[in-house]
Amino acid sequence: MSAPISNIREPLITGSKTYHQITEDLIGPTEKVPGFAWIAGVMTSLALLAFGGVAIFWTIWYGIGSWDLNRTIGWGWDITNFVWWIGIGHAGTLISAILLLFRQKWRMGVNRSAEAMTIFAVMCAALFPGIHMGRIWMAMFIFPYPNTRGPLWVNFNSPLLWDVFAISTYFTVSLLFWYTGLVPDFATVRDRAKGFRKKIYSFLAFGWTGKAKHWQRWESLSLILAGIATPLVLSVHTIVSFDFATSVIPGWHTTIFPPYFVAGAIFSGFAMVLTLMLIVRKVLKIEDYITIGHIESMNKVILCTGSIVGVAYLTELFIAWYSGYVYEQFAFYNRALGPYWWSYFGMMSCNVITPQFFWIKKIRRSVAWTFVLSIVVNIGMWFERFVIIATTLARDYLPSSWSYYVPTWVEVGIYVGTFGLFFTLFLLFLRVAPVVAAAEIKSILKTAGDQYTGPNAKHHAHHDDHGHDHEKTHELTSDSNSFLDSSANVATAPEVDTVRKTDIQKETTSYQKIEDDPKTSITKDVDTNLDPDDPNFKSSFVAGAAGVGAGAGLTSLGTHEDDLKKVEGIGPAVEKVLKEGGVKNWKTLAAANPEQLKELLVGAGGTFKTMDPTTWPVQAQMADEGRWTELEKWQDELDGGKIS
Amino acid sequence: MVNKNKTVLFGLYDDETDLIRAIRKAKAAHIEIDEVYTPFPVHGLDPELDLEESRLHIAGFIYGSMGTLTAFLFMSWVFTRDWPIIFGGKPYWSVPAFIPITFELTVLFAAIGMVVTFYTICGMGPGADNPILHDRITDDKFCIAFDVEGGSQDHHGPDHHPVDIDKLKDFFKTTGATEVQTKVI
Repeated sequence: MSAPISNIREPLITGSKTYHQITEDLIGPTEKVPGFAWIAGVMTSLALLAFGGVAIFWTIWYGIGSWDLNRTIGWGWDITNFVWWIGIGHAGTLISAILLLFRQKWRMGVNRSAEAMTIFAVMCAALFPGIHMGRIWMAMFIFPYPNTRGPLWVNFNSPLLWDVFAISTYFTVSLLFWYTGLVPDFATVRDRAKGFRKKIYSFLAFGWTGKAKHWQRWESLSLILAGIATPLVLSVHTIVSFDFATSVIPGWHTTIFPPYFVAGAIFSGFAMVLTLMLIVRKVLKIEDYITIGHIESMNKVILCTGSIVGVAYLTELFIAWYSGYVYEQFAFYNRALGPYWWSYFGMMSCNVITPQFFWIKKIRRSVAWTFVLSIVVNIGMWFERFVIIATTLARDYLPSSWSYYVPTWVEVGIYVGTFGLFFTLFLLFLRVAPVVAAAEIKSILKTAGDQYTGPNAKHHAHHDDHGHDHEKTHELTSDSNSFLDSSANVATAPEVDTVRKTDIQKETTSYQKIEDDPKTSITKDVDTNLDPDDPNFKSSFVAGAAGVGAGAGLTSLGTHEDDLKKVEGIGPAVEKVLKEGGVKNWKTLAAANPEQLKELLVGAGGTFKTMDPTTWPVQAQMADEGRWTELEKWQDELDGGKIS
Repeated sequence: MVNKNKTVLFGLYDDETDLIRAIRKAKAAHIEIDEVYTPFPVHGLDPELDLEESRLHIAGFIYGSMGTLTAFLFMSWVFTRDWPIIFGGKPYWSVPAFIPITFELTVLFAAIGMVVTFYTICGMGPGADNPILHDRITDDKFCIAFDVEGGSQDHHGPDHHPVDIDKLKDFFKTTGATEVQTKVI
């Protein structure tokens, strides 16, 4: 089955969901008529976008001069905003790609919307270099295409051109990754829809049917896209930082820029994801899928990357002093104490100081604190870009050219307009697409749902929301070939089943309380007769059940009993010998070494002496970890439990 | 690709463990499964169905390599043959400066190539109209489908036995299917 998840981790899906309930919760919002809040939001966003449109038109009509850029400050708010938006666009791919490679299941609650955010943020970002170039009707000059001017090619040695390639590749790959993930969910929407909506979603779902082979390819594709998107996301902000780092401007040409830009991008990206998701989870009522645990995980990423950024700022200051290079020293002196001191102060306090509050667990798990701090981080990261760009350019080598720069309404207007664009697209996305990857969430339900793991776990690994549970359990026990045979050890399964439904209801109501008190999970009673497929099984020793005394120097792990006969070579008689010797379960057997087992067998005398337990611990380990397919395959090769 | 106009008998299960157990029973009884549909990727299903590992990653590698070569050779040609220009006193063929674009195009080619290949081999694409057995398969039901049309025996070669529909219905009943239907697709 799915990979085991640590029982110490809190559940990622709360509210004891069933598969169908997940569909209802996550697909449902796309089927409702938009409410007043949504319409008001879209109207506001469109108004901002329209203002931005006017500002852009103004820029194109009157030229870049309308921005009040001057002799030395050639890059003002435009490139600041460009870098800021690109940075925000980094969290989506980070969450979906890097966390997929690291098998972080909490990504599934937020990856869909984070990827959408990435795509929209990159669109906002791409706008700025486009209009900054001035003659936007010649924008195609940035691409290397055969032309009548020679053909004269673009400069492939320039970081500005690398940017063109990096950002267009990043946008394309993010879009493909996002859409491929959306297709199975669009199919779910399609199969629930009627009439015209069904037609639209049939088109969008690309004819997805859910065949086993298609899922296999889909997973393979997702994994490889994640694999290549990981270096890609790192390369994009690295290349953006090259725009500065390969120049000859003091304060810009530093080798620390690539890692520090990447960390800053992740930092601001996660902050934006949090800002948006805290609102979305409330409005769409999906708190069961984006839990406080998700928020805490993201806050940890913010804390980590924020600290990296902080160290980078201090390193820059130190190196400026230590280099003995007066221009560099002046650049940093000017940043901190020059005319733009307020932006440096804003950057330092918002990026370095306030995120440190996240060391406190209460704050990490507080929605209100997280919301405020996530906005603070985004402000801080905007200041960082402004500090790097404007303050550095305001005081260059030639004091007679020193100047101060204030944006005009046109430049501010374009920035406001990108917010309009971003939120318009994001709000549309909320209406037309499932905001959480429903199919992926279903695939982790049995390892991360709160009825299977965590303090309220009640269910066993097999799903039984429907009728005949008793028969089923017995049928399973009698079917010796079933990979589920492990559940033969459910000591009192029928009783558990009958009380389960009422328990679930209690659980849902009491869950919030328990979540608030993390101690509950530690002090809860340990059931000694758990199903080994149940994630709770592990907690029986994690939570500190003392090992019982065992012979032959064996360490007993837990007190519950497993069916040791699953191990080829162990029959009922040998099982008895082992259990009397303290080897009660697979875990203990897996930890034992063959000599110790041999000792036990020799001690039992008779025919036991001649048995060869070499493979038993390994087999038991597979059984313990639920790798039944692998175990069966291996047992086919074994001869009576011995390597033949 | 889906063969048009075949008749399938399919059963829906409520849980993936029921599904896998049913697949095992079908295999033990030598019943040929036509297709299995699930609402999400069920781990551990591939070996049960004897599905080979997807070779999409090999295709991805080939597409990526094409991107690498395209980018690198093109930039080399432009700056050494077609229009050599000296930038900042660097050599015409300044390889380190070509690396970022070479990398980006490697990723771009691999991603686009794989995605196009994926949709093509799955018979999917914008507006593709593949037959849907049941509306709940993309929601919460797990489906096993058997090909029960007599005419399609030719596809299966000499080993194929005539289909005994009652036996298949009985199979669904004993394995706990909650719904059984016949459909022409």
